[in-house]
Amino acid sequence: MKNGGFLALSLAVATVLLVVIGCVWPVEAARPFITQKTLLTTSSTPEDAVQNLGQEIEAHDWQKAYESFANKAQFTEQEFELDLTGYTTNLRTYSTLDHFKVSPLHASENEADVRLELDWATVVGTSVDTRNLQVVKNGRDWSVNWPFTKQPTVPPQVIPVNYLRWDVIYRGSGDDWGAQDVDAPSVRIVDMHPVQRADGILIMGELLNNDVVPAYVSVTATLQAKDKSAIATEGSFDMISHVLLPKQVTPFLIQFPDAQMSEVDSINMKPFAILVPTSADPIVEIDDQKFNPAPNASLTGQLVNQSGQVVNVAHVISTLYDKTGMLVWVADQYIDSALLPQIPVAFNIPIPEDVAKGVSSERTVVATFSFGGTL
Amino acid sequence: MKPTLAFLLVSLLLAMMQEAHAQDKTLNLPKSIEAGSAFSIQNGGSGEATLYIVGPSQVLKRTVQLGSATYFPAGSICNAGHYVVVLAQAGRISNGSFDVTPINAPATLSFLAKPSRLPVGLHDGITGAVYVFDVYHNLIATSTSVSFELSSPSGAVQKQLVSTRTGAAWTEMDSTSQQGSSKFVARAGDVTSARIIRQVPGDPCDLKMSIQPSGQKLDLQTAPVRDCSGNPVPDGTIVTFTETYPGGQSTVDVPIKRDVADVKMPAHDGATFTVASGVVLGNQIRWSK
Repeated sequence: MKNGGFLALSLAVATVLLVVIGCVWPVEAARPFITQKTLLTTSSTPEDAVQNLGQEIEAHDWQKAYESFANKAQFTEQEFELDLTGYTTNLRTYSTLDHFKVSPLHASENEADVRLELDWATVVGTSVDTRNLQVVKNGRDWSVNWPFTKQPTVPPQVIPVNYLRWDVIYRGSGDDWGAQDVDAPSVRIVDMHPVQRADGILIMGELLNNDVVPAYVSVTATLQAKDKSAIATEGSFDMISHVLLPKQVTPFLIQFPDAQMSEVDSINMKPFAILVPTSADPIVEIDDQKFNPAPNASLTGQLVNQSGQVVNVAHVISTLYDKTGMLVWVADQYIDSALLPQIPVAFNIPIPEDVAKGVSSERTVVATFSFGGTL
Repeated sequence: MKPTLAFLLVSLLLAMMQEAHAQDKTLNLPKSIEAGSAFSIQNGGSGEATLYIVGPSQVLKRTVQLGSATYFPAGSICNAGHYVVVLAQAGRISNGSFDVTPINAPATLSFLAKPSRLPVGLHDGITGAVYVFDVYHNLIATSTSVSFELSSPSGAVQKQLVSTRTGAAWTEMDSTSQQGSSKFVARAGDVTSARIIRQVPGDPCDLKMSIQPSGQKLDLQTAPVRDCSGNPVPDGTIVTFTETYPGGQSTVDVPIKRDVADVKMPAHDGATFTVASGVVLGNQIRWSK
């Protein structure tokens, strides 16, 4: 009986201990399920103040974060929340803060500059939001001046949209086998370039919708050995603009992690296309597109939605060419804010340094998605 | 082992001889009949027996009086093929066979026309294949004359007469130089089957744009976009405008609307504008204020 009681007590103590350890130092996978509480309660240094803010954002404790700001009179708590999550539904709306980094930039006795990098986990990967914060001394503690970005507003107006829309009617299931059906769109690969990189093989190329109807497209590639056996098959997944209007061209990128070009004898490319009901709207202009050479090579520009419909998610895909016109790289970026009509939104796509040396020109396309709209 | 095999072979031969003898004496079968037609089977002997007719996807069973003819009305056997007849009477079995042939009059056509959509001016671009069936959906294997007619939007007609081989006839035809919906008709006897082939414009030809100042921006507009045969390229086709200026570039993909593509782009002094659609390049304009 004595031994049994001791065992029960030991188990209870161990359980409580493990629960406490799990909550204080959670493993990465368990973090979203734990209510985040601010662990640091004092803001005795600028870094501590920003660290506290990061934890409050991570815990969605908007009220506490807002209360800590030195410049809270300039905006409301709701505006602060929307400044981070987006005024219009976008990629960030359904994301969670995966982690954040605090880097001191400059400090004096009463003022400091601290960089806060917020890494949001979205459905298409990590979206990085970097804010340079001014932190001011407020008595014994430090408070953050939040760099509030006022949402540009679109003046009330009616924008007539009369672009084409395509609908598809297929043959019925009860039709005779010889009955006519509508053929899939004709698409063709107009460029293809395999590259060996340290992390595997990349196949880049461009696909053209050669037809007069819209197409939903994708590309798969199969690496074949000398005996024609398949080494691996991969698809372009989201590294392609899936909906192509007539005569539209999209870049694509297919990745074969850990594959070696020395083992490959041939590559079998298979473009895939089906008819899709879609609209020619919205039209997105890519303005001020500029290739910035190394160091920190990047492709920058602005997207301008020329239509009246809000674009909730925009995916920028760029093809880079060398001076002979050969395709050398395909890069992409998801825009984590919605594209409102006529409001420019910047993009910045990093380019690998070794690739950047040979880049001479570029071509960019934008794939768009609107909630409640069509493809 | 060898004597057993020999015994089996001899037994089989005797059984076949017996069967042939039984067919000759007991069953009087037609060599072939047309699908759906009435027919009768005369049998010899006396007493009651059971008659089985087994064919592709159909089995008939009748109790018959031997010594009289068994009558099968029209529509009793509709599926063409080889039929086996078995007459069973108290442990004695007689059998034989006959063929059911399709009615040599086309009633339905299965018409496969490909593609449903193709560019204008394509040699042998349209394929038509016809399978000819009788009223009971039996493939008519005997040679049947089939005519193919492709009526273009301009009114011109391409016509070909083809005889079926083992039930099928096929042809190839050219798409015309004029866009629009063509009617592709196959005819066998009095039966016709029609398909619609959409002939669509080819790649844009001689793509040209012009530029006009429009406030702070420039209005870029193409001339009506047509293919090399003069057909207007369909609305919705993408035209890409690119503006290259010192330190940057602007691009926009614009769908053609009412034969032209139109867009407003930033006005940069010294900028070069190009226009393209798919793999076709148009003219280039250098803009200066």
